[in-house]
Amino acid sequence: MLTPLIPEIGHFALIIALLLATLQATVPLAGAATRRPLWMAYARPMASGQFLFLSVAYACLTASFLLDDFSVATVANNSNSLLPWYYKASAVWGNHEGSVLLWSLILGAWTFAVSRFSRGLPRDMLARVLGVMGLVSVGFLAFVLFTSNPFARLLPNPPADGADLNPLLQDVGLIIHPPMLYMGYVGFSVVFAFAIAALLGGRLDAAWTRWARPWTNIAWAFLSVGIALGSWWAYYELGWGGWWFWDPVENASLLPWLAGTALIHSLAVTEKRGAFKSWTVLLAISTFSLSLLGTFLVRSGVLTSVHAFANDPSRGLFILLLLGITVGASLLLFALRAPRVSQRTGFGWWSRDALLLVNNILLVVMTITVLLGTVYPLLLDALELGKISVGPPYFNALFVPLTAILCVFMGLGPLANWKQARVRDLARRAWLSGVVALVIGLLAPLVYGGEWNLAVTLGLVAALWVVLPLVRDLWVKSRDSKGRRLVGLRRLSLAHWGMVLGHLGLAVTIVGVTVVSNYAVERNVRMAVGDSVEVAGYTFTMTDLGQRRGPNYVADTAHLEVRRGEETRRFTMTPEKRVYLARGMPMTDVALRPGLLRDLYVAMGEDLEDGSWALRIQFKPFVRWLWLGALLMAGGGLLAVIDRRYRRGVAAPAPERQPREVNA
Amino acid sequence: MARLIRAVVLLALLWPALAQAAIEVRDFEDPVMRERFASLTATLRCPKCQNQAIGDSDSPIAGDMRKRVYAQLQAGRSDKEIVDFMVRRFGDYVLYNPRLEGRTLLLWGLPVALVLGGGLLVAWLVRTRRRASSRRLNDEERARLDALLAREDDR
Amino acid sequence: MRRRLLLLLPLVCFVLLGGFLYQGLSIDPAERESALMERPFPAFRLATLSDPERILDESLLEGEVTLVNVWGEWCPTCKQEMPQLLELAERGVRLVGIDYKDSREKGREFLQGFGNPFEVNLFDPEGDLGFDLGVYGAPESFLVDADGVIRYHHTGYISPQDVERVILPEVAKWRD
Repeated sequence: MLTPLIPEIGHFALIIALLLATLQATVPLAGAATRRPLWMAYARPMASGQFLFLSVAYACLTASFLLDDFSVATVANNSNSLLPWYYKASAVWGNHEGSVLLWSLILGAWTFAVSRFSRGLPRDMLARVLGVMGLVSVGFLAFVLFTSNPFARLLPNPPADGADLNPLLQDVGLIIHPPMLYMGYVGFSVVFAFAIAALLGGRLDAAWTRWARPWTNIAWAFLSVGIALGSWWAYYELGWGGWWFWDPVENASLLPWLAGTALIHSLAVTEKRGAFKSWTVLLAISTFSLSLLGTFLVRSGVLTSVHAFANDPSRGLFILLLLGITVGASLLLFALRAPRVSQRTGFGWWSRDALLLVNNILLVVMTITVLLGTVYPLLLDALELGKISVGPPYFNALFVPLTAILCVFMGLGPLANWKQARVRDLARRAWLSGVVALVIGLLAPLVYGGEWNLAVTLGLVAALWVVLPLVRDLWVKSRDSKGRRLVGLRRLSLAHWGMVLGHLGLAVTIVGVTVVSNYAVERNVRMAVGDSVEVAGYTFTMTDLGQRRGPNYVADTAHLEVRRGEETRRFTMTPEKRVYLARGMPMTDVALRPGLLRDLYVAMGEDLEDGSWALRIQFKPFVRWLWLGALLMAGGGLLAVIDRRYRRGVAAPAPERQPREVNA
Repeated sequence: MARLIRAVVLLALLWPALAQAAIEVRDFEDPVMRERFASLTATLRCPKCQNQAIGDSDSPIAGDMRKRVYAQLQAGRSDKEIVDFMVRRFGDYVLYNPRLEGRTLLLWGLPVALVLGGGLLVAWLVRTRRRASSRRLNDEERARLDALLAREDDR
Repeated sequence: MRRRLLLLLPLVCFVLLGGFLYQGLSIDPAERESALMERPFPAFRLATLSDPERILDESLLEGEVTLVNVWGEWCPTCKQEMPQLLELAERGVRLVGIDYKDSREKGREFLQGFGNPFEVNLFDPEGDLGFDLGVYGAPESFLVDADGVIRYHHTGYISPQDVERVILPEVAKWRD
């Protein structure tokens, strides 16, 4: 169906958004530099206008998808009239052009949110923050319009039907994964803008960190959820049950997450103690830079990845230019404007400051390691030293010990006092946790797996060592001055609970990784109707083979009856092998039996021609804990945002309080 | 128009890049052998694919490589022999676990160096800064501070 | 001053990385040199495509510079490449073909349809020799010198320009 004008309206709206972004980027910054209130006041209406027009453009593209307008190239290449409506709507970001538009829309949304919820900010600060975000927006909107126009038409001969959305992307995980991820990536532009604004304004006190903290937490929470969703999607959709491949694209999302985690902690130190000022600014710049770098790596084709978008060298060059200007200018500004004198706030060996410093260094080393491993093949290639691959064995070999060391300090951090702490006090608070962690870590593999396993012990000890001191701490704090339990807990700030939840989440993820890596069972079997196999104590019996037709595919289906041990309770699992009609692409649709303690996972392979099929049956213990942990971490991040202490001065405060906030 | 058509064709060609694994049924008499097969096919990279281990790819060459890994395991070859066999034919590119050699020194060395350097940095920072801020306390003040801190802890 | 230099460090690192990334844009990550360069052609014992009884081994490649071309009837690019191979044969280059993962009938059909520039074709239905050569697709070509050592490797399509610019100069280079 040809829908006249909708794509043109979208295109036009996009151009207006670019113009507004240009105004938002230039006028308020100039106003802040020359102290002209009127110019500074430009920022907020421009942010609203830009967001409005971006929404219009995005709505137009979505409409083109929903209305099957195959005269639009993006629609023709990525949609199909047989596609259910919800996949048509999500196909908008299942391709390069649409996803960059979504990126820009989300940036517009963050900018709008900052302009709404930052009334307490000094005028020049807000003008600078919105101006910097406008600059980023100009770059991306120019990228969309000049290299990746989603509204390009295939006229005068539009195809009769579209090429369809890649079947792998026709999935609920893929509906929500990219928006979450982009919310995280782009969300870091806020803290970036705050840091740059602070550098520009020469006000590198603790104030900007206080304003930037909630935004950073939200972005980080979104990114955590986004990464977890991606991992979950790969797990059930790709058919071999892996959940992390250390692919460049995954690394691209992990890099800003790691840097962002360091940033959250360093922001806390700067806000509370006024220490690490330059370091925090640098981390804020780096975190967003790594988001941009990830975008470059994914879309330029410089690295071979399973997830690569269709690549185009001119796009690669454009993003590299964007990256170079944004990051280069920020780092130059940092070199010129960061405080000349290092501060003299001292802290002792076992103080929380020192432990957070160690945490930051380790997280940064992890970030650099992942970055190094990701780009190293490229470095060698550019130096003509040959082609090598850097894959999971490398990353695991370095990441696992680094995480273990990190856990050692994570266990101690929340117990230590700021500024000065004595190792004797720390030991007094932590020894019991250590002993309990060791005992459980040593015994659990014996109980669960039947034999001792060093890797499992290490993983469990690390996880418990992170959690148990927190539990003890809560226990101690739960008692109020009169010795009543639980009253004290109510006094704890939400930010504190956020920290507890975040650390607990990491521990849960570590337990999941440890158990599933060491106790997963995988069997490839040949099965015909009537055959039975036993995997990890479960008996799988094939009861039937059938065929069925879906909306845009046909499928071979196997019915398996599953029984645990000698239990009488049974359940059915029905894996499918689909062929999607538009592309003729075969796809495995996995049958999953999820559980908190184990997943059963059956994928259907090839028809072996004699009435039997190849099946892959997997037993995945504790695999859900991976993503559960990520959700807990994200929850921790969000909980900290709700804390009133941070909303004050950021979220709309009572007007009469405003001057005081400004002076603070 | 021609450019658009080419873009469409290119897209169509690139889609299968994200493909699913082939499922093959193989018999192992020894569970250790099964483990070794799984580990070898997970750490050898398919030379034809985008970025997949031979165990995860359904491209023909990955199938050939799996077949040979299996045959050589059955013939009693060691993991190292099998890996060398593949490297002789397809180069270092097929190793997901890059060897430690001159050109990968930085790759393996930098993280270790950074951890050590980070440790030294922390030590240096704490030493210089502690001196800077704690010199002003005399013994009496020190004791009072400790008492205050202890009270804080017990709460 | 020292601190100022320290603050510049991130920028320096980033500029370095950016330089590499820029170079990376013009590198094709899929293009790789064969692992067999400068090494003897792998040992083999294979029948010819035309005569199942005639078994040949690697001594076939000794004595003269030879271009070994891996092809198959199933490979569309191989068909486009044939005119260039015919031209090379016409200009005096010795060519040996490897019919890779093919059936005898299909292979013979191919040669009838597109011409036969090869002195002889080895029949490699299981792709064993192809595997030993590190071949993961067709067409691929190996230039072997008179001592049976692989001197040049061409992945994929040999275009008409490649004939003049690359293949013939390489052949001339190793003939001396």
